[in-house]
Amino acid sequence: MLLKLIDYLRDRLKMVIRLCYVVLGLLVIYDVTFVDKHAAHTWPEKLPGWWAFFGFVACVLIIILSKWYGHVHWFGGKFQIMSPEDYYDD
Amino acid sequence: MTEFIHPGFVLIAGAMLLPFFRGQALKTYLMIVPVMAFASVLNMQHGIYGVVNFMDWQLTFGRVDALSQVFGYIMTLMCIIGSMYGLHVKDPKEHMAAWMYVGGSLGVIYCADYITLFIFWELMAFSSVFLVWFRKRKESLPTGFRYLLVHTAGGLILLAGFVLRYKATGALDFNLLDVDHPTLYTYLIMVGFILNAAVPPFHAWLPDAYGEATVSGAVFMCAFTTKTAVYALARGLAGLDILIVLGVIMALYGVVYAVLENDARRLLAYHIISQVGYMVAGVGIGTQMAINGACAHAFAHILYKGLLFMGCGSVLYMTGTSKFSELGGLYKKMPWAFVFTLIGGLSISAFPLFSGFVSKSMIVYAGFEEHLYWAAFGLTLASAGTFLHTGLKVPYFIWFGKNNCSKETWERAAEPPWNMNVAMIVASFLCIFIGLPAFGGQFGYQLLYNLLPYQPEAADYAHHVYSSYHVSESLQILLFTALGFFLLIKKLAPEPTISIDMDWFYRKGGRVFIWLARKPIQTFDTWFGEVYRNVGLYPLMTTAKFWSWFDWHGIDGFVDGLARLVRSVGAKLRTVQNGRLQYNIYYAVSIVALLIVAYVFG
Repeated sequence: MLLKLIDYLRDRLKMVIRLCYVVLGLLVIYDVTFVDKHAAHTWPEKLPGWWAFFGFVACVLIIILSKWYGHVHWFGGKFQIMSPEDYYDD
Repeated sequence: MTEFIHPGFVLIAGAMLLPFFRGQALKTYLMIVPVMAFASVLNMQHGIYGVVNFMDWQLTFGRVDALSQVFGYIMTLMCIIGSMYGLHVKDPKEHMAAWMYVGGSLGVIYCADYITLFIFWELMAFSSVFLVWFRKRKESLPTGFRYLLVHTAGGLILLAGFVLRYKATGALDFNLLDVDHPTLYTYLIMVGFILNAAVPPFHAWLPDAYGEATVSGAVFMCAFTTKTAVYALARGLAGLDILIVLGVIMALYGVVYAVLENDARRLLAYHIISQVGYMVAGVGIGTQMAINGACAHAFAHILYKGLLFMGCGSVLYMTGTSKFSELGGLYKKMPWAFVFTLIGGLSISAFPLFSGFVSKSMIVYAGFEEHLYWAAFGLTLASAGTFLHTGLKVPYFIWFGKNNCSKETWERAAEPPWNMNVAMIVASFLCIFIGLPAFGGQFGYQLLYNLLPYQPEAADYAHHVYSSYHVSESLQILLFTALGFFLLIKKLAPEPTISIDMDWFYRKGGRVFIWLARKPIQTFDTWFGEVYRNVGLYPLMTTAKFWSWFDWHGIDGFVDGLARLVRSVGAKLRTVQNGRLQYNIYYAVSIVALLIVAYVFG
């Protein structure tokens, strides 16, 4: 049953993706129109769709900076944080 | 019935008697003992119990108050779930090690003096190491020794800390230290605690050991060591400012390494570091709201992290691998394991209606309240990373994504044994249940908040948790993180690598030292060795000859002597490196213990 549901959704992937975009849009509209922002502590939080912006930028930054950190050759040499799996083997 | 039966002792005694049970009786026994431990927690009344006078000291085994109760409650509950998950494991030794380990944790939770704390602290390390060794792979043995080495070092620092305090104040009680005027011993105790909480740079033992532990062993390990340390910090060092900085750093550090990680269980281990970062920061903020948050988050964390380790563990158990680069597309074979892992992922990511939502935000809220904006935003940033990995990367690359399974892996993959599923169902239910709204009554998150140490603050936060602002904030952060994930998914494709972390210093650093001792110093030594022999041949020179010798060789001879000394030290250290590690640990412990005893009583 569960398997059928997953396959059903996968067969209609385009529609599912479109639906997700609609949800994202509605969420920002909801934030701008309905949400009571008295609980916000700082000024940027009061900007429309601030947390959507924050979430997206955070995600992109985390991926790009982390991958850079893992791949960059440190100390100008061979040393990389992401090393072959046998790095510690003799 | 007496008012206080120590749940830790129930488990330790249970572990001692465990070898007498076999087959079906063992399975029943494995369920009864943790339930008894849980019942003993439920039965407790606040107060001080189990006071023993030992030599000049008063040892207290049972301090029951709101702070110890919330931890005792969740730890015994997790012990039931973990034992259920490991029910199929035939080796009684593994169950014994697990129970001794939980017993050690509970011993720390309920004790009220540093000597008792230290004994149980060591019991935790020395019993949990077996959960690594019982994996019985080639790497398991050295990994276990590394784990033990680090924890022994941490234990000794803790020992040094409280002994110094005893020397200075004559007190051994385990209560809040004077965090506004920290001294050397405050920091030593702090280092002892934060090493167990896996705070960078003392964190590398965690992914190292948890990635290598047995399938059910990891479920236990992920719940107890770090959360016991959080309890110890909350009890002894609440409000110590440096913990806020360390907590935010570790929340982000774990996220960065989780991006790079290829092994699902090691990824989850890095996310323990990240999540414990919230709790450490909460303890550092130290207000009643923040301590409530740290406790609530520890409670929720034990459940969802256990669930995640159970889900990924079941994949490892069934397929023999937990690496993203060797998995993918498994939804066809293990759909329910996917659902359970996803529930764990949504809980850790603080999705509305899941447990993390009602606990994590309490710490962030406390940060905003104290105007620590950098900390609050830093922790919120880390929460985007949490969803990115645990909610998206783990489920996607194991159950969907590109199918990297070998033929053998694919054929082996199937839903795990019933007991694993039952344990995951129970954990999933609890993860969802404590995240639900309270509807103004005793339901959902209110049941968790009832357990928190500061009730007025919990009631205050209860008004805020399901406010439209908080729900909207969380949903926006999470869903737009998901958008970023799917847009950058190519960049996240698994890479078969390991990530170098702080453990490099004790895994490779030693080898650099040996190389130094062998190569440059040895060359230096051979060269001067020639000179040295000449020196030895002419001990009774005439004055003139002596001076001429001195001109030529004297200075060199001195340098040579130095080189010889360096080399002999090098050679000694080399034997230490090559020698059996357990003896070295033993020597280190004995020497430091002797020094401390000599210092205190000398």
